[in-house]
Amino acid sequence: MKTSMSSIAKREERYFYIFISPWIIGFLIFIAGPIIASLYFSFCNYDVVTPPVWIGFQNYKKLFFDPLFWQALKVTSYYSLLSVPLGIILSLVIAILLNQKIRGLVWFRTIYYIPSVISGVAVSLLWMWIFNPEFGILNFLLWKLFRIHGPAWLMSEEWVIPALIIMSFWGIGGDIVIYLAGLQGIPTELYEAAEIDGANSWKKFLNITIPMMSPILLFTLVMGIIGSFQVFTQAYVMTRGGPHYASLFYVLYIYQNAFQFFNMGYASALSWILFIIILLLTLLIFKSSPLWVYYESTRER
Amino acid sequence: MSVSRRKNEILIKVIVYVLLVISSIIILIPIFWMLSTALKEDSEVYLFPPEWIPKRIYPNNFIRALTFLPFGRYFINTSVITFLSVIGQLISSSLVAFGFARLKARGKDLLFMLVLSTMMIPSQITMIPIFVLFKLLNWVDSFKPLIIPNFFGGAFFIFLLRQFYMTIPIELDDAAKIDGCSYFGIYTRIILPLTKPALATVAIFTFMWNWNDFMGPLIYLNSREKLTLSLALSRFTGMYGMTAWNLLMAASIVVALPCFILFFFAQKYFIQGIVITGLKG
Repeated sequence: MKTSMSSIAKREERYFYIFISPWIIGFLIFIAGPIIASLYFSFCNYDVVTPPVWIGFQNYKKLFFDPLFWQALKVTSYYSLLSVPLGIILSLVIAILLNQKIRGLVWFRTIYYIPSVISGVAVSLLWMWIFNPEFGILNFLLWKLFRIHGPAWLMSEEWVIPALIIMSFWGIGGDIVIYLAGLQGIPTELYEAAEIDGANSWKKFLNITIPMMSPILLFTLVMGIIGSFQVFTQAYVMTRGGPHYASLFYVLYIYQNAFQFFNMGYASALSWILFIIILLLTLLIFKSSPLWVYYESTRER
Repeated sequence: MSVSRRKNEILIKVIVYVLLVISSIIILIPIFWMLSTALKEDSEVYLFPPEWIPKRIYPNNFIRALTFLPFGRYFINTSVITFLSVIGQLISSSLVAFGFARLKARGKDLLFMLVLSTMMIPSQITMIPIFVLFKLLNWVDSFKPLIIPNFFGGAFFIFLLRQFYMTIPIELDDAAKIDGCSYFGIYTRIILPLTKPALATVAIFTFMWNWNDFMGPLIYLNSREKLTLSLALSRFTGMYGMTAWNLLMAASIVVALPCFILFFFAQKYFIQGIVITGLKG
């Protein structure tokens, strides 16, 4: 066996590291370093002005008895549990409708994607106005179409999260585009073969569309959950976590601790818990995926 | 084929169109409402029932909204941050992607896995130490914390560009090498010119993210004259009280306009980027 590399291969390897050096430097400075530092801070009392003081597990203990931590966790899970799966179902349905060899496909796709173009603060302000209980368009339409007196939405402890979930559906255009591309990639022979076997539309959907789409669904589910645990702008701009902490999203609570109360240590502990939750959820989904995700390569068995 | 089956197909088509049109209208109502409110007179904003179309169109709202705050200043600030971020991301991500796609090295696959796994890391975990770092460097309340990190490549973009670079036949590189072309020459003369659409996608997404970024500016910018559009917009609510929704909507439209225009001219690249990376924009 040859152990030493040829000089050409060595040269190529050197160039490889030169080319990727921006990422390596960035990884060390902006990812690896900060992760270690964050872990250290989470065991300290730290207000940025004076040096960090080691306090052991104090932050984590405090967190366990902090009602607002539990509240933030509850709010975020509630939002995540509803907005992610419902958003996926909604975008899959629309993508399937778009995939029915219709005219004006590009136009429809453009319309669905438009809301994703205006993101961030502008969208938050727009929906604050839509949800305005007295003069907003939503309650007006509810009354006009269904004779329903709409709730106070963002000003109601009960309705603030449902309101934000509804708002999240406005931004499903990206998922629709992803699913549509996936649907278009399913070989038509599969459907034709099923038709010969006498399968109806529902059977075809269940036995062809869903299995063929499952890897894409898995990916969007994971990214959706990660994203939903990081909601910040809406909460900060629209509700500041209110009314009475009913929309205290997890990242908003981290932000408040870090940059309003300057409890950097406590905020670091909070973000480590967030990191672990996201990691566990991702792992759980991936571990369970062989049960429901279909991969072409394992079909033979 | 039987007549009833044919009838069935037509019925399904009709249902499909009806559902698509209804959902499109639902999607468009908020945008229409935004525009309509922005053009209303102050007194008409708080009318009940609301008017879909303003009785009198009041374009003056746009001027009022833009002159209340130093919007020009904020527009320049946001543009500078966004432009430099795009440049940084284009240079760094394409260099790194070239390494991963075209050069052989030990440990490459492992490193690439590391790149991909960083996509899963929530930015909140690194947010505080990075803030501390920039504070030590005395960069807080400057644009540097918002720009500089873009010069070290983004995992999503590295992935996207690598996928594109892999599709270019490696024989091109070999031929260039025989002609005495260096690796850097292959990168600038072969790969970059052939992957302009992919670079456009990277530029567009970086533009959108930085233009709309809120948390970054919120953490790093304090001085009144250094705000970005997003940040200024969020403070607008407090300044005007909760009353001037017409001005707020006018300002929101102006802030969103560049992204809108970009989308309509470069829709192809948006779709491409979303499909390849699973990014939602």
